[in-house]
Amino acid sequence: MSENITLDTSTIDQLPEARQAASVHRSAAIPDSASLQAIFQRHHLLDLDDFSAPELRLLLQTAQAMKEVLARPVRKVPALQGSTVVNLFYENSTRTRISFELAAKNLSADVVNMTASSSSVTKGESLIDTVRTLQALGADFVIMRHSQSGAPYLVAQQIRGSVINAGDGWHAHPTQALLDLFTMERHLGSVEGRKIVILGDILHSRVARSNIWSLTTLGAEVVLCGPPTLMPPAVLASVAGSSEAAPLRRLRVEYQIERALEGADVVMALRLQKERQDAGLLPSLREYIARFGLTTQRLALAQPHALVMHPGPMNEGVEIAHEVAYSEASVIEEQVTNGLAVRMAVLYALSQARQHA
Amino acid sequence: MNEDTAQTSALLLRGGHIIDPAGGREFTGDLLIADGRIAAAGPASEVAPLAETLRQSGQQLRTLDLHPGLIVSPGFVDLHVHLREPGYEDKETIQTGAEAAARGGFTTICCMPNTRPVLDSQATLEFVARAASAAPARVWPIAAITKGEKGAELSEMAELAEAGAVAFSDDGRPVSNSKLMRSALEYASMLNRPVVEHCEDEALAAGGVMNEGPTATRLGLKGWPAAAEEIMLARDLALVRLTGGRYHAAHISTAGSVELIRRAKAEGLRVTAEVTPHHLLLTDEWVAGRRTGLLGDDGSAQSQPYDTNTKVNPPLRTQRDTEALLEGLLDGTIDAIATDHAPHTFVDKACEYDEAAFGISGLETALGALLALVHAEKLPLKTLLAALTIRPARAFSLPAGTLESGAFADITIFDPDERWAVDPRRFASKGKNTPLAGVMLRGRVRSTILAGRLVYVADTIEQSLALGH
Repeated sequence: MSENITLDTSTIDQLPEARQAASVHRSAAIPDSASLQAIFQRHHLLDLDDFSAPELRLLLQTAQAMKEVLARPVRKVPALQGSTVVNLFYENSTRTRISFELAAKNLSADVVNMTASSSSVTKGESLIDTVRTLQALGADFVIMRHSQSGAPYLVAQQIRGSVINAGDGWHAHPTQALLDLFTMERHLGSVEGRKIVILGDILHSRVARSNIWSLTTLGAEVVLCGPPTLMPPAVLASVAGSSEAAPLRRLRVEYQIERALEGADVVMALRLQKERQDAGLLPSLREYIARFGLTTQRLALAQPHALVMHPGPMNEGVEIAHEVAYSEASVIEEQVTNGLAVRMAVLYALSQARQHA
Repeated sequence: MNEDTAQTSALLLRGGHIIDPAGGREFTGDLLIADGRIAAAGPASEVAPLAETLRQSGQQLRTLDLHPGLIVSPGFVDLHVHLREPGYEDKETIQTGAEAAARGGFTTICCMPNTRPVLDSQATLEFVARAASAAPARVWPIAAITKGEKGAELSEMAELAEAGAVAFSDDGRPVSNSKLMRSALEYASMLNRPVVEHCEDEALAAGGVMNEGPTATRLGLKGWPAAAEEIMLARDLALVRLTGGRYHAAHISTAGSVELIRRAKAEGLRVTAEVTPHHLLLTDEWVAGRRTGLLGDDGSAQSQPYDTNTKVNPPLRTQRDTEALLEGLLDGTIDAIATDHAPHTFVDKACEYDEAAFGISGLETALGALLALVHAEKLPLKTLLAALTIRPARAFSLPAGTLESGAFADITIFDPDERWAVDPRRFASKGKNTPLAGVMLRGRVRSTILAGRLVYVADTIEQSLALGH
């Protein structure tokens, strides 16, 4: 890193200058306020379903710059100095919470963590009460994880600050999809025309839903692979040719893992909850592993350069074999590292959009 | 009911456009009310002499002069409302629910038994009758099919019928046990009362909060598939065939259900069915914040996704379903429009979608919403009014829904063209839970008459109605 990059200054306004200095490395440019303003005008990040390709690209570019910030000896920039970020987690997620916490701290924000078990806070008035309290205390960003789809929308209606959806029910996990996209593009270049296989329990997966939006928006070919009982019924209907069901674009469904993996550029395995068997969706874990487990032999059907991904936490030996998870092809740890840069980029982009709103 | 509150004075409605689907009549003319009953309806030349005779006999006669653009209809009949009392008075009471009915033009409402305690005993029906005695609408109770709506043992149906139950239902839940449903149909046929089913295969719909389909997939919400309704309806129709019982399907919501009812009727089974305004007019797109369809046309546009006021059971379906339901209404397959008025408190709805209570507060928006179909020329006004008056009255054998001489003088006067924006804060109902907040409707109740007595007059026209001549 060149010596004249001094991001560790006390005002956010110096970030664009830093961008110029850093632009020695082309990809490291932090988009300046003007281009952020022009392209990214969101107050919240709740879902990726209505993101345009330029918006996605802008966030990826910002994340790249953040990644380089993270490579420096002093990893802190002042972009969010004086801002309060609240991590409001109604569902346990050590990995996502810590990632957001570090991202906010690297941007010099003050971070407060709130965890509540969903069981003790089942009624909505509690959620609204909590949010009003956060509002009264002046939270600028609320990063929210909740077991119920749509809960961040409820919060977004109640609060002046920005809400970042850190995963809601089966609905969306936008920063996970962004970090997945970022990781893919670092290795493959553009995902356009690439074959991305999402493997496993699609029905209950917010990760799959968000990835489907971002990947198809950027022109990737997405193949969903898993048993029909773990596919959203609407996806089955659309694949069956029902005209009513076209919720998710450019999707294919494969029940045969070998066919799904053939020529794949990326294989993303999803965690299989063991409760699915009790719910009557699977005959047995044994049969699932036999038919849908990602093994070394099966991975060999994919491209030689194929990436193996997993949003974690993994069930090694269930959806993914131990050898695959730790193989050369695996970028699972890198996903975690990239998550930090992506979340810094999201916080930064939202803060810029707010300043110029 | 309300006969004793009828005024002894006579009332002459002069100059409105009278539509009486029961008699197949439609004309501009006069309507004379005496002793709380219809004395005559016809051209002014026929009615005026009768009014004069009454006046000369010493009767006090009041006259309301109506603008010829105003429609005079039999008071509306709603086969399906939740009045929440006893037990949930924070959501609604019999009095506030009846006030909401009067504002919506409904003069006869049938209340569902899923109260606390459940309406499954003579005492609870007596309580309802007492609470409704001074209410601005006739309230007929529907009693529970099973004790406590627990789906285990039949309620004392004969005694409940004697105490005023006009039908039986475990609404809110289906009778899942087929043997028990068979018994209910058989036993109720002795009483000549319909058994009203909430059609839902509970295992298949379990946990579902909206229609299963692309929108649910997109929103990550658990689907409640159309098949869950159709399976239960098909089972019930097989039981009706087996027993010869009298059956009414509550709030059908799917194209498949319309077809099942159509075939059952063709076969001659004793079956009737109702549809709600929201299932006719709204789709599951509204859950995603997209106000599509006739009520969204004016661009009042986007609301937020996950608006819990769109959460209702059965859920809002697809455009194809709304079209099939309309077709069913047009060809007579569907007998009645019922609101399934389901008031809830703010707190019941101000929460996560999964946690929110099911239901829409529907009495006060029904007419304005339904008239959108008439204005769009998809539904003749007379057909609409038949489904709001005589046809539901016949389905439950209620003394209502007609302007024949001698009938109760229960009358709704409405302006089919008045435009107004839905503002739930102004509802008489305690339930402000409507997905139509802010939507512009065209058509509004001006005045509601119960047993010859004005029980509701819209603020906007108090002056224009010539009261007390």
